[in-house]
Amino acid sequence: MTKVQNNRAWFFVLPVFALVAFNALIPLMTVVNYSIQETFGNNEFFWAGSRWFEDILRSERFHAALLRQIVFTGIVLLIQVPLGLGIALCMPKKGPWVSVCLVLMSLPLLIPWNVVGSMWNIMALPDIGLLGKAINSLGINYNYTRQPFSAWFTLILMDVWHWTSLVVLLCYAGLVSIPDAYYQAAKIDGARPWAVFRYIQLPKLKHVLTIAILLRFMDSFMIYTEVVVLTGGGPGNATTFLSIDLVKYALGQFDLGHAAAMSIIYFLIILFLSWLFYTLMMKNENT
Amino acid sequence: MTKRHIVPIIYIIFLMLPIYWLLNMSFKTTNEILGGFSAFPREFTLNSYRTIFTDPTWYGAYINSISYVAINTVLSIIVALPAAYAFSRYRFLGDKHLFFWLLSNRMAPPAVFVLPFVNLYSAVGLFDTPWAVALAHTLFNVPLAVWILEGFMSGVPKELDETAYVDGYSFPRFFTRIFIPTISAGIGVAAFFCFMFSWVEMLLAKNLTSVAAKPIVAAMTKTASTSGYELGLLAAAGVLTLIPGAIVIYFVRNYIAKGFALGRV
Repeated sequence: MTKVQNNRAWFFVLPVFALVAFNALIPLMTVVNYSIQETFGNNEFFWAGSRWFEDILRSERFHAALLRQIVFTGIVLLIQVPLGLGIALCMPKKGPWVSVCLVLMSLPLLIPWNVVGSMWNIMALPDIGLLGKAINSLGINYNYTRQPFSAWFTLILMDVWHWTSLVVLLCYAGLVSIPDAYYQAAKIDGARPWAVFRYIQLPKLKHVLTIAILLRFMDSFMIYTEVVVLTGGGPGNATTFLSIDLVKYALGQFDLGHAAAMSIIYFLIILFLSWLFYTLMMKNENT
Repeated sequence: MTKRHIVPIIYIIFLMLPIYWLLNMSFKTTNEILGGFSAFPREFTLNSYRTIFTDPTWYGAYINSISYVAINTVLSIIVALPAAYAFSRYRFLGDKHLFFWLLSNRMAPPAVFVLPFVNLYSAVGLFDTPWAVALAHTLFNVPLAVWILEGFMSGVPKELDETAYVDGYSFPRFFTRIFIPTISAGIGVAAFFCFMFSWVEMLLAKNLTSVAAKPIVAAMTKTASTSGYELGLLAAAGVLTLIPGAIVIYFVRNYIAKGFALGRV
């Protein structure tokens, strides 16, 4: 659609701008303020320059949390995106079962995150939970409160359970919007299922897949509630991701300078990666 | 029924297992849950549900949650509608930058904003009211609503606007009488996603309230720790948090998937 140049459109955007500015800019300025000052209470602040930033960037604690976060997000994306795409491809295209499938699949998305955490917490308990009991009866020693590997396994399984449906919904929406004519043409040409997927479905799904990956990246990179409820960041620090570490700094130790500096670094990482992804995709769309 | 339909069926069974386990626990007494493993409740009890429906701190928490989710959804949609219209119809100074800036707020980790939000809302006297949580949640819901609505609006041909003006409609009348009904599906989808992300969020909801406006997600964590893990009660409260979402999803099931597919990133 061709758009008209009209700067008065700003009046339409003004309410959103005011609301988000109030919500985003003021708190962000507070964070920036804390990140460059030192306080000993009593609302007295001293200039600290870039000290907090240097501390955080050098601290091994931050490196470890960042590494865990990247590994977690990577694994989650690698499992959920292909799995979600595969399930969407296998779903029926029409009929009464489509609604049933969609409603049942969306259920996990609508459960409050702390409930998700407690559900899996109890279900994975080795003595009284369904999952823990099942794994242990296979002869595998599994206890997510003691073994880091079990904790990671439970977390990833929980996240797959929680969020794969979002990828399924998006891919399914993309698939049903492909006109039938494409499939008929492929049939006439005698294309194999793999060729249909590779040359018709995948290109048409590029747009929704990008949205799915972007959303999953952002949300898994900020994961907090589910992990805190399930493992509390433990055993030890095995599942202490960035948000958990940040809340520990800010609310646990009340170490505002470090927390603020870490917040800004954290936010910039997400912003940079999303921007990179966004511009790459827009470039592909325009050509 | 063909062979490949097995895949979604297995997936749905996998999804239902934890939910079944939660239901199962909600009908047990806490002693039975802790006593050992059983696939069905041996002493079927509705006591946990009875406690929730008779104790004001429990059902009050549900009312608190529903009130801030409702305020947030209405507010987000009302401010997002004109903005999405502007983005879909006009080019204006800084439009692309503004759009990305809005989206960037969807990327902000709530953990970053907890402390400043507590300061901010205490300063303006909204702390511990549903309004504080509702306003805080607009941070990620307004960008999302603009994003989804913009997609739907771009799908409506511009000729609709022009014909209406020729017919003598003023802009406000055109917008409320013709345009909004045309994109009602889009509004439904946007409202669904606002509802969903506000309903499931805990970190901000918990920290921006203390007593008067305590949401259900906070009530659950507190009860769990003070009375030594009332697991039956916790499970029943969890089951009840599923219901509003299930009702909403039933109404928008045919539009959910379209919401993001039509939007541009």
